[in-house]
Amino acid sequence: MSELHTVNKSPFEKNSFDSCMGHVLDGSAVLLYEDGVYAAIKGTAMEGKVTSAQGVKFYVLGPDIKARGIDAARLTDGIEIVDYAGFVDLATEHDKVVAWV
Amino acid sequence: MSEQIKKFLYLNRRAPYGTIYAWESLEVVLIGAAFDQKVSLAFVDDGVFEIVKGQDTSESGFKNFSPTYAALGDYDVNQLFVEKESLEERGLSIDDLMHLTWEDEDEDWAEKDSIRVVSRSELSEIMADQDVVFSF
Repeated sequence: MSELHTVNKSPFEKNSFDSCMGHVLDGSAVLLYEDGVYAAIKGTAMEGKVTSAQGVKFYVLGPDIKARGIDAARLTDGIEIVDYAGFVDLATEHDKVVAWV
Repeated sequence: MSEQIKKFLYLNRRAPYGTIYAWESLEVVLIGAAFDQKVSLAFVDDGVFEIVKGQDTSESGFKNFSPTYAALGDYDVNQLFVEKESLEERGLSIDDLMHLTWEDEDEDWAEKDSIRVVSRSELSEIMADQDVVFSF
């Protein structure tokens, strides 16, 4: 069973991202959106958590990084940017969605 | 009632769009500025994200209120303290922030920087020096 995990809270304010990372399995995906996109910034304590997650694919919602002034070049390597339609695709491609709200 | 000028500090600790706190703070700051008090702002924790430059909400449907920070100088709100540690924890530096300025009428309207990056301990002293601290 492959899962899409979604995180929409800032990793600096809430533990949603940490909890998600503690439960995500090989072969699953993590989509960061709304304030969750702050977990995608390179050079923070989150970078290592993203790069060390084996077999986990990371996505970030493009309109939400743009709103927050985060340039694509600032994202941790390997994180793919998706738009709203891409969000829907991810939801359908996985068996279920686990939301870390 | 005697006229007394007090020192107000608005403490901003939230990212701009996930909650309404940042916008509400800005609204209250602008209202407060009309009362001729000594007003300053502090950006701590995720609050530093409020003044990151290049915010573009065209694709997300939020109202981009970040240009309003540039107007604060015109309301004599020209002391914006940004905590250095909060910036660093988030992979940011002052170069990632909007360039916010004010014009000093006592020095022939010379343009001056509103933002001052301060350490956590400096900010503690600044907070201790206030009459009122509003938290957002």
